[in-house]
Amino acid sequence: MFDYTVRRLLIAVPTLVIISLVIFLVLSLAPNDPMAQVPMTVPPEVKEKMREALGLGQPLYVQFWKWLVQFFWIEPQVFIDYYFGTQFAEDKLRVISWQTRAPVMDTVVERLPQTLWVVGMSYVVAIAISIPIGIYSAYKQYSVFDQAGTFVTMVGYSIPPFFTGPLVIVIFAVNLEWFPSTYDTLHKVVDWDTFVVQIKQMVLPVMVLAIQGTAQISRYMRSAILDNLNQDYVRTARAKGLSESIVILVHVLRNSMIPVITVIALNLPLIFGGAIITEQVFKVNGIGQQLILAIYANDLPTIQTLTFIFAFLIVGMNLIADVLYAILDPRIRYE
Amino acid sequence: MNKTKNKEEILYQPGSSYWGDVWLQFKKHKGALVGAILFFSIVIAVMIGPFLWPFEPNGIDIRSRNQGPSFLHPFGTDQLGRDTFARMIAGGRTSITVGLAAMFLAIFLGTLVGVFAGYFKRLDGLLMRFTDLFLSLPLLPLLLLMMFLFREPLSVAYGPEKGMFILIVVSIGITSWMPTARIVRGDVLALKQREFVIAARSIGTPDQKIILRHVLPNILSPILVSATLGIANAIITESALSFLGLGFPPDFPTWGRLLNDAVDYLQLHPERVMWPGLAISLTVLSINFLGDGLRDALDPRIRGR
Repeated sequence: MFDYTVRRLLIAVPTLVIISLVIFLVLSLAPNDPMAQVPMTVPPEVKEKMREALGLGQPLYVQFWKWLVQFFWIEPQVFIDYYFGTQFAEDKLRVISWQTRAPVMDTVVERLPQTLWVVGMSYVVAIAISIPIGIYSAYKQYSVFDQAGTFVTMVGYSIPPFFTGPLVIVIFAVNLEWFPSTYDTLHKVVDWDTFVVQIKQMVLPVMVLAIQGTAQISRYMRSAILDNLNQDYVRTARAKGLSESIVILVHVLRNSMIPVITVIALNLPLIFGGAIITEQVFKVNGIGQQLILAIYANDLPTIQTLTFIFAFLIVGMNLIADVLYAILDPRIRYE
Repeated sequence: MNKTKNKEEILYQPGSSYWGDVWLQFKKHKGALVGAILFFSIVIAVMIGPFLWPFEPNGIDIRSRNQGPSFLHPFGTDQLGRDTFARMIAGGRTSITVGLAAMFLAIFLGTLVGVFAGYFKRLDGLLMRFTDLFLSLPLLPLLLLMMFLFREPLSVAYGPEKGMFILIVVSIGITSWMPTARIVRGDVLALKQREFVIAARSIGTPDQKIILRHVLPNILSPILVSATLGIANAIITESALSFLGLGFPPDFPTWGRLLNDAVDYLQLHPERVMWPGLAISLTVLSINFLGDGLRDALDPRIRGR
């Protein structure tokens, strides 16, 4: 098990380096001038100096190497300094945003929890709803519940988050006035009442993302359980007198989770894409919204860092999925 | 007993062809049939609509702005008095054209990568690593990035609308070929071991001929299914980009752009969000049902039962 995890980790590292190279190349090959906003009255030699100050005059591989060092060597030191009070990173150059002139990672650390909370909660909700639906509709295949469930999941799968977002705002915020339509980011949880307010403002964004997730997961859950229900081991389990709930909830469910976890991991880019849109609709100050702001402000270091953080999250979650896969299916560990 | 009788019935059915059988199975899936009819009616409506409808999508009539649905303007008018129905037709035209074009590009790339990876063993490892890498890329951020970076040079080179069209189609195409490549590779790997391919190779048929004549026709059905689902994916992606304000220019309507404009008036005119949202959702839903039915109809294990 330990061996397997280490091997997976070792594959993830080069993947991340190549992804960061791809992002870097897309950004640097683009015919885009960060000096475009500088007034025309500034003489060319001053502009040239400003370019150099931004690190743009050097060859590409030097720029890439510098970014790698800043991101993987200096930024972790800053974290260690912050938590242990050491001085490793003092006076070292960090990734600076062109927009705010502050280190990019400081803003990211402020904003990342909101994104992770919304995405994580939506996954919890989606899994909690879709697994029972998937099990029941597979168990009662072609029943009314199954037919209705298939139709509803198909609808949920087809409605994109940028439509469900405004839709739930119209229904729950404008007409019913149950939940606020925007996310108040300055809100702090100190006691029970503020906690209730926090839950209330998270309901709509989580709902939008969870609709998408539920539809996908329950579809795959259903077909995975259907595949397993006809297997020999199910007949054996029933033949030796196990109760129906143990057969389904222990034997079949565990085996059916394997393809479902793959699907959850493969759909992560989609869910993070949905999170960017949801943050935009509900004005959540997560990293998705920051990415859009940075794109509009032509802030290349922030764009680069944020895109990479999305890649990092996706690769990291895939790694967790791989490890879960091995826990559920012992054969995979010895491949 | 019953089974053999059925078999004989099938064997002696008059005039049954491959596509005839596929159609018979497809007809049984009611959802797919409704989806197909709905999708083709939407396509026909947006293609011939502009010639029949009297209003221009960009015709400003400031005196009749912010109207609700009426006989003259069935979907109402927007804040500049432009007819929403005309804009919906024009938007649908763009969205569906982008969807189809991006799907063709994605299917072409996916089939290419899949066939090469499945057929040539030396390329397999490399190409599949490449596919896995693309699958773990953060796609929406990268697409936004490409929109932002290449928008101006392409607008200058080909004009604002054509340049944007090329940019959107190409970027959606090169970020959504991966599922097709995986499916095609799996099928090609299985086909390579079949007798007719081995026979073709033993009489010295060149690889190129084997791929074109024996492999490609046999993987047509998974390609068709993923092409159908690819249209839905491309329409959603294009709308997402337009919704975030990084798609087509503002005066050029698409469904995502109309949705984005309507969100600003969410409190006053909530019904405006419905038209483009419903159009996108209905189109995608009908395509998904169509793809589902097609998958069943093209699967020989399900067909004929």
